[in-house]
Amino acid sequence: MTWIGRSLPRLEDPALLKGRGNYVADHAKGALHVTFVRSALAAGDIVGIERPAEGLVFTGADLDGVGPIRPVLHRPDYRAVGQPVLPVERVVFPGQAVAVAVAASAAEAEDLAEQVFIDIDPIEPILDFDAALAADARAVHPEAPENVLVEGRLETPGFAETVASAHAVVELELRSRRQSAMPLEPRGGVASFDEATGRVTLVASVQMPHMLRTGITDCLGIPESDLRVVAPDVGGGFGQKMSLFPEYVVLVWLARRLRGKVAWIEDRRENFLASAHSRDQAFTVRGAFAADGELLALEADLRSNVGAFSCYPVTCGVEPLMAFGELPGPYRFSQYKVRSRGVTTNTCMMAPYRGVARPMLTFTMERLMDKAAAQLGIDAVDIRRRNLITAFPHRSPTGVVYDEGSYLQAMEAAVAHVDIPAFRARQAEARRHGRCLGLGVSVFSERTGYGTPVFAQRMMGIVPGYESVDLVMDPSGNVEVRIGASPHGQGLKTSLAQLVSDEVGVTPDKVRVVSGDTDATPYGWGTFASRSIVISGGATKLAAVAAATKLRKIAAKLMEASEEDIALEDGYARVAGTNKAMPIPELARAAYHQSQRLGMPAGIRESGFYDPAGTFSNACHICEVEVDVETGGVRIVRFVVVEDAGVVINPMIVDGQIAGGVAQGIGNALYEEMIYDDDGNLLTVSLADYLPPTALEVPDLEILHMETISPESVTKAKGVGEGGTIGAPAAVLNAVADALSPFGVEINVMPATPERIRAAIRNAKVPADA
Amino acid sequence: MPDKIAITLDVNGKSYDVNVEPRRSLADVLREDCGLTGTHLGCEHGVCGACTVLVDGRPVRACLMFGVQAEGKAIRTVEGLADGDVLHPLQKAFWENHGLQCGFCTPGFLMLAVGALEENPAMSEAELRDVLSSNLCRCTGYQNIVKAVRLAADEMRARRA
Ligand code: FES
Ligand code: FES
Repeated sequence: MTWIGRSLPRLEDPALLKGRGNYVADHAKGALHVTFVRSALAAGDIVGIERPAEGLVFTGADLDGVGPIRPVLHRPDYRAVGQPVLPVERVVFPGQAVAVAVAASAAEAEDLAEQVFIDIDPIEPILDFDAALAADARAVHPEAPENVLVEGRLETPGFAETVASAHAVVELELRSRRQSAMPLEPRGGVASFDEATGRVTLVASVQMPHMLRTGITDCLGIPESDLRVVAPDVGGGFGQKMSLFPEYVVLVWLARRLRGKVAWIEDRRENFLASAHSRDQAFTVRGAFAADGELLALEADLRSNVGAFSCYPVTCGVEPLMAFGELPGPYRFSQYKVRSRGVTTNTCMMAPYRGVARPMLTFTMERLMDKAAAQLGIDAVDIRRRNLITAFPHRSPTGVVYDEGSYLQAMEAAVAHVDIPAFRARQAEARRHGRCLGLGVSVFSERTGYGTPVFAQRMMGIVPGYESVDLVMDPSGNVEVRIGASPHGQGLKTSLAQLVSDEVGVTPDKVRVVSGDTDATPYGWGTFASRSIVISGGATKLAAVAAATKLRKIAAKLMEASEEDIALEDGYARVAGTNKAMPIPELARAAYHQSQRLGMPAGIRESGFYDPAGTFSNACHICEVEVDVETGGVRIVRFVVVEDAGVVINPMIVDGQIAGGVAQGIGNALYEEMIYDDDGNLLTVSLADYLPPTALEVPDLEILHMETISPESVTKAKGVGEGGTIGAPAAVLNAVADALSPFGVEINVMPATPERIRAAIRNAKVPADA
Repeated sequence: MPDKIAITLDVNGKSYDVNVEPRRSLADVLREDCGLTGTHLGCEHGVCGACTVLVDGRPVRACLMFGVQAEGKAIRTVEGLADGDVLHPLQKAFWENHGLQCGFCTPGFLMLAVGALEENPAMSEAELRDVLSSNLCRCTGYQNIVKAVRLAADEMRARRA
């Protein structure tokens, strides 16, 4: 029996359940506390900073020689904007850290910060695309006079003729409002200086510890060996904790300057104001269709409000360029004209959030399919049948190559599971009683596990992608796996232990996975972009296979058998066809202590390296809702997911990723919105204003699996971290639109809050009783 | 800096003599003065519930209560749930049913559920969801939390019977 495929309870959990987790705030004991003094204004020139007579306060002027955070894209259309660690000349978004106060406790640091007065000459802020792109708009940054930081354009030859000869053109203007990834644990870091070595250790709640080390030491102009970055238990990240933030540079600078230990644990308000936002996008598309519903061509104008800065290391290209490249999704058409812009404004920086661009582009394609179906008089499922890709590898008009997937089959399975005719009957019956039920379908692709071959195409100054793993079996037969990925809730340690167990023949509890410490793990890229099980898993598997090979060699030698006849399982090496067996710990001991007998290098120590081109997971979501026409409230009645992520290593963990992702997608679809007022004040600075869903808003999902094996993944697993979030908004919002179809209203903005739904109904072309 | 006050807190049946500022929240006192870092802070304004502990048997937001207000009361935190390596039925159910991912919300959910189930172990599914909607989890999508609490409730009822 294999360990892969079992819902093994997670090895991570006992400590977390007992309150013995180890999060960044738990490291703050004995530290001086740091509070950042932040700009109350969205834009303005810094005229002066008054510090109190006593107390430790530092400003940008003190940070002599500290360079800005300046991520690079090698594209001619990219405008590199440096983010000063603490600005001295001007502020460009509300909440930007300008000074830092240090005191014995967090409360005293806050008291001290209150005595710092930042005098700012205000400038009228530019907050949205329209203001930023206006002909006479002021430049947010002098480096980008037109307020466009990155722009992609493409037009396939033959586009215009195809559109001109099409049967119908369907237009959509969609908007995703600004949102927050909102990990439950906010950001934080504890930096301590070691007098003995002169090194600093930064314990921080981050997803990419090695990258952070590179970024911070680049800003400070010190070698990487002077800094150790540790990601302890991390209370959720979802992309928000990928980027380098100025606060971390300041912490390391302070630890060196004060030759001591400093801690910064942000509060929720800071997290909302000044960590990273996401999803602020406006897409205008026109789809050209044949009479039978075939999508022939797509034209798209895509705008992303990337905020005041470009996020490090992935840059502000992450949203607009992914939208540019992956808008076609799982649909087959060859003519594409697209313009995608990353627009800078006086708002918080936008950075990756689970799904990156794809929740919006899936919303777009799935709304387009529904709208076209309605316009052409075709069933919404039929129009997808006509257009989904079924031949692989498929090459999209932007050159993205899709490996084998089950787009159509997954949709058929979901449709069959839901029983749409039965739903339509219920819907009709409900309508007779004035109740509005709706059903929404969403089919999508989730590109996962891509390494440098894909990232290199984005022309990033820093090209992430590969993973390395060092695996050691100690003399007692236990395994330690040191990985460059940096999991934070995904259960990766358990999944990797299952992979290792199947190769080397020890139980998963004997496999210890070490992550998130730049002193203890090989350089790697951390955990993001649904990559870890594919890439870190692949590297782990390769290392485990090498270790197993060595174990078999040792066993063959000691039991005088042939290597091919040795099987490693249940803690033993067994010789096939005989009853000869040796416990694996004995082999391990021999490897270290009897190496002279074995005629091979001592020990069991192997490395794995993996850098794949990536693979596509796919799924279909179907959601049923009831909309309360009086209140505009939406209740999710049913949610079905058919997921194809290849081989599932731990079904419970995979389903957990889907369920968590869908919950976030529901929040994105219906509730969550970051709102600035006209002066640039962020109005949503507490969890009473920003509304992630609770247990009352998220239903139990019905999850079904399909298994398409990809040659692009050595573990045969595909990533599954983002799919829930990618697909759910489209399914929910298509369902809302379907529920409200008697009113002839359109659902063009997410989140579709009660207020927006009520406004749409009020302004409906068709009255409620029609 | 305001003067500190000497108080004695009864946490998980053990007494802690601490010297705290009157403005310090119970959560901060537990974490920083008692060294019990299992109680987490996700918002510090009473919404997320990550800081939930039991005070005289009832779930309380430890970020909304001052440490000095808790003197003389019986406080229970996540650290007091397990008996050594033997997990409380709720902890066990969370483990077996994948009721946690990052684990940051977990202590709060556990204490919320312990308090609720000790008061009424026979809650309906709807009541249970309603109670559990007091706290936020950003990772799990809740369904495994609800399932774990339901199963633990069954077990706790069986044990009492
Ligand atoms: S930290 Fe107390 S409710 Fe959020
Ligand atoms: S498990 Fe991460 S917030 Fe609940």
